[in-house]
Amino acid sequence: MSMITVKDMCLWYGDHQALHHINIEIPEKSITAFIGPSGCGKSTFLKTLNRMNDLIPGVKITGDIRYEGTDIFSREVDVNNLRKKIGMVFQKPNPFPMSIYDNIAYGPRTHGITNKVQLDEIVESALRGAAIWDEVKDRLKKNALGMSGGQQQRLCIARALAVQPKILLMDEPTSALDPISTSRIEELVMELKEKYTIVMVTHNMQQAVRVSDYTAFFLLGELVEFGKTDDSFSQPQDKRTEDYITGRFG
Amino acid sequence: MLNQALSNKRKSFELLMKGLMLLSVALTAALTLFLLVYVLLQGIPNITWELLSTKPSYLTESIGILPDILNTVYIVLATLLIVLPLGVGAAIYLTEYATNRKVVGMIEYAAETLSGIPSIIYGLVGMLLFSNHMGTCLMAGSLTLVIMNLPTIMRTTQESLKTVPQSYREGAFGLGAGKWRVVRTVVLPGCVDGVITGCILSVGRILGESAALLFTAGFAHAVNGMMDGLAAPGATLTVALYVYAKEQGEFGVAFAIAAILMVLTVLINFAAALVQKYFAKRRSL
Amino acid sequence: MKKNQLMEKAIHGLFLVLGLITVGCVLLITVYLVISGIPAIREIGLIDFLFGKEWASTASEPKYGILPFILTSIYGTTGAILIGVPVGFMTAVYLSKLASPKVKSVMQSAVSLLAGISSVVYGLVGMLVLVLGIRKFFDVPDGASLLAAIIVLAIMILPSIIKMSVTALDAVPKEYEDASLALGATPIETYFKVSVPAAKSGIAAAVVLGVGRAIGEAMAVMMVAGNVPNMPDSLFQSVRFLTTAVSSEMAYSSGLQQQALFSIALVLFLFIMLINATLNFFLKREKE
Repeated sequence: MSMITVKDMCLWYGDHQALHHINIEIPEKSITAFIGPSGCGKSTFLKTLNRMNDLIPGVKITGDIRYEGTDIFSREVDVNNLRKKIGMVFQKPNPFPMSIYDNIAYGPRTHGITNKVQLDEIVESALRGAAIWDEVKDRLKKNALGMSGGQQQRLCIARALAVQPKILLMDEPTSALDPISTSRIEELVMELKEKYTIVMVTHNMQQAVRVSDYTAFFLLGELVEFGKTDDSFSQPQDKRTEDYITGRFG
Repeated sequence: MLNQALSNKRKSFELLMKGLMLLSVALTAALTLFLLVYVLLQGIPNITWELLSTKPSYLTESIGILPDILNTVYIVLATLLIVLPLGVGAAIYLTEYATNRKVVGMIEYAAETLSGIPSIIYGLVGMLLFSNHMGTCLMAGSLTLVIMNLPTIMRTTQESLKTVPQSYREGAFGLGAGKWRVVRTVVLPGCVDGVITGCILSVGRILGESAALLFTAGFAHAVNGMMDGLAAPGATLTVALYVYAKEQGEFGVAFAIAAILMVLTVLINFAAALVQKYFAKRRSL
Repeated sequence: MKKNQLMEKAIHGLFLVLGLITVGCVLLITVYLVISGIPAIREIGLIDFLFGKEWASTASEPKYGILPFILTSIYGTTGAILIGVPVGFMTAVYLSKLASPKVKSVMQSAVSLLAGISSVVYGLVGMLVLVLGIRKFFDVPDGASLLAAIIVLAIMILPSIIKMSVTALDAVPKEYEDASLALGATPIETYFKVSVPAAKSGIAAAVVLGVGRAIGEAMAVMMVAGNVPNMPDSLFQSVRFLTTAVSSEMAYSSGLQQQALFSIALVLFLFIMLINATLNFFLKREKE
């Protein structure tokens, strides 16, 4: 079953068309990787899925994006609820300058949970879910900015999990991290797909091969190829995909 | 499920905050507009050629602010003339020469302290330091203002010096130039915009200053040349406004001066913005 | 070669002297204020001076108690902060986060204008609009009062609070706000629950700066507060601040009376130094 269905979507920044007629169905409880050279539109497309592009002045979007069958641009849809269902993890770890606890509790509090016992439970399960509970359980009141980069990124994943999303969008989540932290995040992401649908932008093709089930290849604002990762990399259908993954450009 | 609207609690928070913000912005805007319009409306009708071109006379029972205008010009010129070399020199020391972090920290802390001291205290100290020795006169007032404006000139010069690329200095040093030559030929030309900005800000501050001048420069209204003027007591426009409004109840004259000061403030702000834009553009080229 | 080195050294020394002038000025001001402020305090007695409730410097049996001035300055500043900070803070959040570039630039010019207006102009408008308005509106015999001073001070500190808070809020990394939005918080929730806490040191510094401005303002207050050395028992009382206590009698004072005025200046100076130290503390934290 697909969580997100995109039909004939185009996006403009002012006069410049950044995405051309995208069609894709993102399967549930799996990892979909978006790859492609920088500037190909993969991050732009990712940010369209939780409507973060709405914030940029001059952006125009046409076409149809459905989350579990609901048109996300429909008037009845509350964008805040949409973003609650579709969580996001950013390229650079961006914990708030608050305590670890308050970082995780921020989302639930925003959505109206004030009960301390309930919050404690949510914080613990989110941190456990992001495999960081054991490292931080004794310093929940410490400022999150004191953690290492890898820990910060797992904290950000935990923060996203705390509002119980269905989908996690990850925008190059390991590009700012060292190899050891990167492999921990990768392991975590593979565990998370048991419960969540994950869409991940990556510039690292090895990473896409290692973790993803499906791969979408973007080039110059077009979705060139989409399919099972194993197939895309072993027998690409499109010449351009082949050129890219064999390193002829990028 | 996606179409669930915001909870009432969140909605009212949104509304409340939005309302408070708009109210505050409107209040600030309205206040500024009111002050500007009110002062100009009350003041401009009272500005006559006679007011601008004569001195007050008990014989004809008329008031003229020519001496105050001249005094203001003298005090601005004298203050800038003294404070510029001092402030620019201090800034050059900090960015080009100083190597000891403690000394730099001390100087910067001192400058911050100076800019936090209220003008009434400057007035008092100026009276003790200068007026008690040289008499109440424009020069004493001017020297007091020098201390007050030192941090401003220092800061703006320092900021513009920081934007001189390090590579320029390295380039000059690489050609075998001595430190002083590098400062003179590469660094000094780079701080012109900071000096100009500093001057504009200082002029604005001097024009608006009153508490620091009341006991140092006095409040006489005699017409003098620049040199004689600096040695004699005299009121600037601001001090004259205070005296006319508070001591003599001459509100017409006070508003005329207030309107002149208001126009000057607008011009100074405009000039500062213009200079900033001009140099920002030139730098980006 | 030798001559060149000598000149370089001389120039270095000259710049060092110029650099140290500010330090010299601060020392000079401090020393002068302490030296001229101590004698009267000694003669009057520190406790009687600071906590004496009556100031009657020209009476045949003069009394030099400055508690009324201290309290007036504290009340006046507190009042100005209570009015000026919320308005300034809300304006700053709007300008930094919500306003269109055009509105932001127009409002910033307005704020600069507000900051540039001379205190005597504030005083003049205060005399004719506020003082008269308070007299009519509250039906009191004289509108020159603590309330008038509080309102004038609140307006005068507004620009510093707005400017500094906008700078602090503008500096909040966009990543924080994106993270909050992505969790489903609305933009306004994001600004108040993430951006403002992230800028809190800068905003605190803005408030402290406002306190410094308010406590140090003399001329505008002199024109609207009435200047009678009363204890500040009511908002409608005619009162004298620490600053105006110095300026209102300086012109004709001599002897112990003048020395007492210097002592008041010293007390004011100590307040300001304390505020500066607090300001520096917050500014340093903001930098980190």
